[in-house]
Amino acid sequence: MNKLADLFFTFARIGGLTFGGGYAMLPMLQREVVEKRGWATENELMDYYAIGQCTPGIIAVNTATFIGQQTAGIAGGIVATLGVAFPSLIIITLIAAFIQNFSDLAIVQNAFAGIRICVCVLIFNTVIKLWKKAVVDKATLVLFILILIGSVLTSVTPVIFVIFAGIVGVILKNKEVQHS
Amino acid sequence: MMLYVRLFYEFFKAGLFAIGGGMATLPFLYDISDKTGWYSYAQLADMVAISESTPGPLGVNMATYVGFTTGGVPGSVIATMGLITPSIIIILIVAGFLNAFKDSKYVQSAFYGLRPASTALIAAAGFSVVLLVLFGDTSEGVHLENLSFPCIILMLAVWFFTAKCKKTKNLHPVVFIVASAVIGILFRFAGA
Repeated sequence: MNKLADLFFTFARIGGLTFGGGYAMLPMLQREVVEKRGWATENELMDYYAIGQCTPGIIAVNTATFIGQQTAGIAGGIVATLGVAFPSLIIITLIAAFIQNFSDLAIVQNAFAGIRICVCVLIFNTVIKLWKKAVVDKATLVLFILILIGSVLTSVTPVIFVIFAGIVGVILKNKEVQHS
Repeated sequence: MMLYVRLFYEFFKAGLFAIGGGMATLPFLYDISDKTGWYSYAQLADMVAISESTPGPLGVNMATYVGFTTGGVPGSVIATMGLITPSIIIILIVAGFLNAFKDSKYVQSAFYGLRPASTALIAAAGFSVVLLVLFGDTSEGVHLENLSFPCIILMLAVWFFTAKCKKTKNLHPVVFIVASAVIGILFRFAGA
């Protein structure tokens, strides 16, 4: 029981003190999970983190579930995940309620008009960062361009593109193996 | 009641098919906006900004925010639960055969295709935000005369400081978001 409470509050602290999630979470995880609690070794943490990146879902949540599960079984996995999401629920709900009440003010509208421009650039920077790991040869470049065009021009759900890309990946890679 | 079921279902899908960091949920949030009209593209861009500027994983923040906008406090809880449920199920299954999963050539080769796909989907979502901020309402087509030059200048400036300038590019995004807000207010970017 204590261990579950411990998991919840540790991950709530990690969630509440990390800006940006996923990639930004690693230093906090190292300090809280490896150094302070000893729930995992440095190498195990890197493994969980790697798995968190190559399973569906967002990295921060996947990693929390994984560490929780390894530390205290299924209940641990659920509790750690609820912990990491908990501060977001509180903070965002308060801010959203606040902004909703003031969204008609000129100052708020002007501020968000400026902020949206910044968001464009932040998304662009994320794309560039991901691009370096994702587009590694001609095949992945073609896949990138096809899906970009398909997604901009049609309203096909992203789900279809994701399933398509996963299958293409398996086919291309296995062909490679047969040739070599 | 139907609203909450739909909210859970849409975010469950996002949690299941978004690959990578929180920004990977963005294309799904645009898709939800297209299909349901619960919120506009402009509102979504604002939610991204708030989610980037507050603590917590970006994906969870965005789910909470969209949920709140759509269905109040219960909506925020349900959307977040929808997002994390697939992760919990999948990770608990994978944990059972960790090493087999990690070394599986099928998993690795699937991700060979999934990474560029996820990147392209985020780029496409980003493209809609760019159209929105540079041309305003594009529901009746893109008109060049609506192109906003102050916006282009701010965009290039933010890009320079976040990607090129060595002194500033490692600063937290919240710094640039706040600076852009101040410039938006000073120069009345919304014309309000």
